[in-house]
Amino acid sequence: MWNDHELSKMINRDIPFAMLSDQDGSIGKMYGIYDEDSGVETRGRFIIDPDGIIQGFEVLTPPVGRNVKESIRQIQAFQLVRASEGTEATPSGWRPGKQTLKPGPDLVGNVWKVWKVSEAFEE
Amino acid sequence: MPEEFKAGCQRPPIKKPSIASEENEQIIIKEAKSSMVKVGKPAPDFTASAYSAGKFFNISLSEFKGKWVLLCFYPGDFTFV
Repeated sequence: MWNDHELSKMINRDIPFAMLSDQDGSIGKMYGIYDEDSGVETRGRFIIDPDGIIQGFEVLTPPVGRNVKESIRQIQAFQLVRASEGTEATPSGWRPGKQTLKPGPDLVGNVWKVWKVSEAFEE
Repeated sequence: MPEEFKAGCQRPPIKKPSIASEENEQIIIKEAKSSMVKVGKPAPDFTASAYSAGKFFNISLSEFKGKWVLLCFYPGDFTFV
């Protein structure tokens, strides 16, 4: 219904992912984002890896929308870390193509040499 | 493949706990209390009715093992944010 009347008009086709029903809020309760007082789900967003492990989440109250670009950036970062088998980490503001960090004793006290604060604020 | 089902106008039945005694009631209250999941821990599995590409079917989170999943909750259809 929502897909037919509004969402498909935004993108000129059907929504390219499944929309699920959580009629009684039971899934929201399992994840801790269901608001019992108002009887609605809050804006919870969970990143779940291929092993079914929750890698990150964000929860907002209903009036403020999420930043999809940031969600995608986080997934890209988690995918890189996973592909490196934990040998690489992504510093604040990291985006694909930018330098990663190699955690280890050599990095302790030396992050300032390989990463600048300005990188956290780059678009 | 997820099993498709015919969608009607009726809403799926809401699971109502059957309350027999006061003791049962207390257990139910405890279960209903929801706590936040934790990062680094398994995502709770669930099965829900879903809609995609003109079809209704049941979907379980466990079907997506091996893939990255972005699970988003929202307060209601036609919310504007």
